[in-house]
Amino acid sequence: MSDLRAAVAAGALGSEESYRELLQAVVEVARAIFGARASSVFLHDEETDELVFEAVAGEGAGELVGKRFPSSTGVAGWVLVTRQPLVIEELEQDPRFAREAAESTGFVPKGLMAVPLLHEDRSLGVLEVLDRPAQAAFSLKEMELLGLFANEAAIALDLLQKARHARAVLQNEGEDVSALARFAQRLEDAAKPRSACSALSTSS
Amino acid sequence: MEDLPAWSLPADAAKQIAIGVEWPARVNRDWAWGGSTGNGVRVCILDSGIEPGHPLVGELEGAVAVTRDEGDVSVVEDTEGDLCGHGTACAGIVRGLAPDCELFSVRVLGAGFKGSGPVLLGGLRWAVEQGFDVVNMSLSTTKRQFAELLHELADKAYFRRTVLVASAHNMPVESYPWRFSSVISVGSHEDPDPQTFFYNPSPPVEFFARGVGVEIAWLGGGTIRSSGNSFATPHVAGICALILAKHPELTPFQLKSVLYMTANNVGGGA
Repeated sequence: MSDLRAAVAAGALGSEESYRELLQAVVEVARAIFGARASSVFLHDEETDELVFEAVAGEGAGELVGKRFPSSTGVAGWVLVTRQPLVIEELEQDPRFAREAAESTGFVPKGLMAVPLLHEDRSLGVLEVLDRPAQAAFSLKEMELLGLFANEAAIALDLLQKARHARAVLQNEGEDVSALARFAQRLEDAAKPRSACSALSTSS
Repeated sequence: MEDLPAWSLPADAAKQIAIGVEWPARVNRDWAWGGSTGNGVRVCILDSGIEPGHPLVGELEGAVAVTRDEGDVSVVEDTEGDLCGHGTACAGIVRGLAPDCELFSVRVLGAGFKGSGPVLLGGLRWAVEQGFDVVNMSLSTTKRQFAELLHELADKAYFRRTVLVASAHNMPVESYPWRFSSVISVGSHEDPDPQTFFYNPSPPVEFFARGVGVEIAWLGGGTIRSSGNSFATPHVAGICALILAKHPELTPFQLKSVLYMTANNVGGGA
């Protein structure tokens, strides 16, 4: 029984990090494909009804992860509650939005694309792509492309949430199981080569 | 004893169900909504509220907010306007197409994400009971637990002559109510003409309307450019208001047929 728990624990601890890297890879690729200034994934925290920065590429990367705001604010909030993708241009002309955006992203985007992260029947969060090049007129093809990224991000976010849940359960099981899990995890790390995902996120 | 519903039609009763519409040999846009301003048609925007007095929206007939407290959903007068701008944007598009329609706001979004399903259901139930002619729903839910109740409400609206116009999803997810055949579902096209719309012969999305680079009403009295099916939907809601102002006797089935016959790709665009 304890072997089984250790194996499960090792899986849970290791997978959380992998899913975070996968999510990071999604925003890195989305930013690169759209030639955008930044891209982020927000997770909807159901406990507090807030949106949390879970992965950020480009502007704001390194500062924003973990930052939270109420789920009904901003364009990300619209997208979460309506479950409809949205593209907004000329945002900088609106002083109210500019202030809100600056508070939440550290800069005022000229425009953004936002899409809900839907998995099975849940709305897990929002993917945003900020400031594509000015000469690139928005078209429905881009919306479809964004939808594909959203699908990928939603799966990663779902796995990340499940891994966190598993970790929380393990932590409640007591220190012995947690220590065993960490030990098993180190053994597994030592035995396997670096994953493609971690190589991708650290090389950017 | 109440009149029994018309489950069947006796041989001598055909005259009792005479159709109140004089159908022309060929339905075109001039017949459908030529000269119409949407006068008198009651359009409900089921959304985040509407900013009162926005220049693109004008006067509202009324505004309510649907709230949830300990599981109980109630409908109260709305004094807060629009919390995020989405409903104001939709209302501005309807007003732009049907300047004399009566706009009514039912706020079901904006008070956080939690409990949004029951609030959406409560708002739609209330709107159907009020007998609005058109309900714009630039939103959807993915929660299967609400699908059956939403379906019942959509059918109820259909039979009570309340037309539900709902945003489709362009993502591979199951969401509602746009997938129900009793509603008019709308996706986006890229043409800048607000009255250009297309019938889709490969449902579930039935119509495509303007949804790219739309100038929308923005909070604080301004405007901004935006894209999304959320804004294609009120274009069709506005056209429905124009048609119903001229032909108030149309049932949702007949109205959808008129939309089909006047769609740009069916020849009605001429």
